[in-house]
Amino acid sequence: MIVFASALTFFFVNLAPGGPASIMRFDVSPEQREALIRLMGLDRPVPQRYIEWLAGALHGDLGTSLLTNEPVTGRIADRLPNTLTLAGSALLISIVLGIPIGVVQAVRRGKPIDHLLSLVSAIGLSVPVFWLGIVLILVFAVSLHVLPSAGVTSVSSDTFGDRLAHLVLPAIALATTILPTVARFTRSSMIEVLHEDYVRTATSKGLRPRTVMMRHALRNALIPVVSAIGALVPRLIGGTVVTEAVFGWPGMGRLALEAAQGRDYPLVTGLTVVVAAIAVVATLLVDLAYTRIDPRLRLA
Amino acid sequence: MNRLGFAALIVLATVAAFAVAGPVLWTIPPEATDAIHGLAGPSSVHPLGTDELGRDMLSRLLHGSRVTLLVGLAAMLAAIVIGVLVGAVAGFKGGWIDGALMRFTDAMLAVPAFFFILVVITVLGTGVGTLILVIGALSWMPVARVVYGETLRWKTAEFVVAAESLGVAGPRLLLRHILPQAIPSLIVSATLGVAFAILTESALSYLGLGVQPPLPSWGNMLQRAQLYVFTAPALAIYPGLAITIVVLAFNFLGDGLRDALDPRRRR
Repeated sequence: MIVFASALTFFFVNLAPGGPASIMRFDVSPEQREALIRLMGLDRPVPQRYIEWLAGALHGDLGTSLLTNEPVTGRIADRLPNTLTLAGSALLISIVLGIPIGVVQAVRRGKPIDHLLSLVSAIGLSVPVFWLGIVLILVFAVSLHVLPSAGVTSVSSDTFGDRLAHLVLPAIALATTILPTVARFTRSSMIEVLHEDYVRTATSKGLRPRTVMMRHALRNALIPVVSAIGALVPRLIGGTVVTEAVFGWPGMGRLALEAAQGRDYPLVTGLTVVVAAIAVVATLLVDLAYTRIDPRLRLA
Repeated sequence: MNRLGFAALIVLATVAAFAVAGPVLWTIPPEATDAIHGLAGPSSVHPLGTDELGRDMLSRLLHGSRVTLLVGLAAMLAAIVIGVLVGAVAGFKGGWIDGALMRFTDAMLAVPAFFFILVVITVLGTGVGTLILVIGALSWMPVARVVYGETLRWKTAEFVVAAESLGVAGPRLLLRHILPQAIPSLIVSATLGVAFAILTESALSYLGLGVQPPLPSWGNMLQRAQLYVFTAPALAIYPGLAITIVVLAFNFLGDGLRDALDPRRRR
């Protein structure tokens, strides 16, 4: 998967018209241009360069940024923790809120609360993340002055509480990219499970509704939800680009944006590969969680 | 179709009417600046006020709706074309072609698309045409899966086998007998696809990588609005509300169509 993403990116960047060679300015003489092309190794065939790049990447060397001349690996490593914090918090919010919302909807199916939450979910799916971010800033930072609007910490106080306050709004905004889908999946999965024979059996043998819900229904309903969450991780990571731009969050998303605006090819390639790697690792973790909650899979 | 779907259809028809007729009826050009009346509130001349350069908000919203809807629809069409090609060929041919194409589809789904969009824009630069192709090229995967599933399902249906035994050739079999069965699912995918395309376009335009000013789109109107969020919050409210309403309507319409067109979901 990671190799696929890197190959796709690398070949696209290097073969497309206006590739890396075109970043050189027009005022360089043909000889200088030749020399620069040779220096960057652009005179060799693309597949060969890809193999070399891949070999470097395996040793943690993703090349040099064209804009700052710093190693790409270092620039990404600086930003990685911020993005992981943001995406992790948003994922946590989506799970902690999305699953109970879905359960409530399934249990109260067809009641006003179900319709209301469905409507809220639909709106959440349709609101552009960046606009929601602007509105959140407008309400909580501009009007109410309760939360900061941008950055990771304040200059004066770098405490845990301060960092947490800075995290709240971006994490909420980012969470809306997947929270409604998590709730929807939980609702439909739960509704299906509630019709199963074993749930009726559990109820008829006199267990409390709470026990039936938690121990019998929810545990089984969660299995498809967990795999859905795994499939949503790429969307969540993609959403960091916009969220980080709105909230001035110094993460990989904003770095990718700067790289795209500055046409920094090595940086943009490196970022895509790292992001693909994160998505793959997240999928693996979801598979592990899968085997935890579905005992049938532990034998396989 | 359910009531919500109908309501969505009416909303969309209204928005489309505004997009078509609005710029004809409301004659202030969207690029006309009025420096003394910058960031003005609602008035009889500018019912929705003006932006930081004194440009009429109503006019920009109306012209922006054309750009936003056009990009959304065109990108959806591009996604449908690619998705149908990949899904139908994979499902119909089977074998290693099937394996390769569907693996490719899964791989594309697993990569955060937004980063790929940035890669493509880094190389090709910005522009409306690029924007349409990029969004289309990175959102065809769900369509391919739907068409793939339908093709597999109908390939072995009796009427298809009958047509085949009467000597109908492969391509014709696919085009005339199998693919028409997928049209209901395709309409649903297309409707939801427009919603996705509009959201992506507005995000890219907001980031300055999509539709370029002075051409207005709902996304790039928000780009500058954030700077004035302290002084003129209305600038940020209107375009965002417009995007939300249109995307919501497309989503509701898609859900409504799915319930209406898919007999398995009818209860």
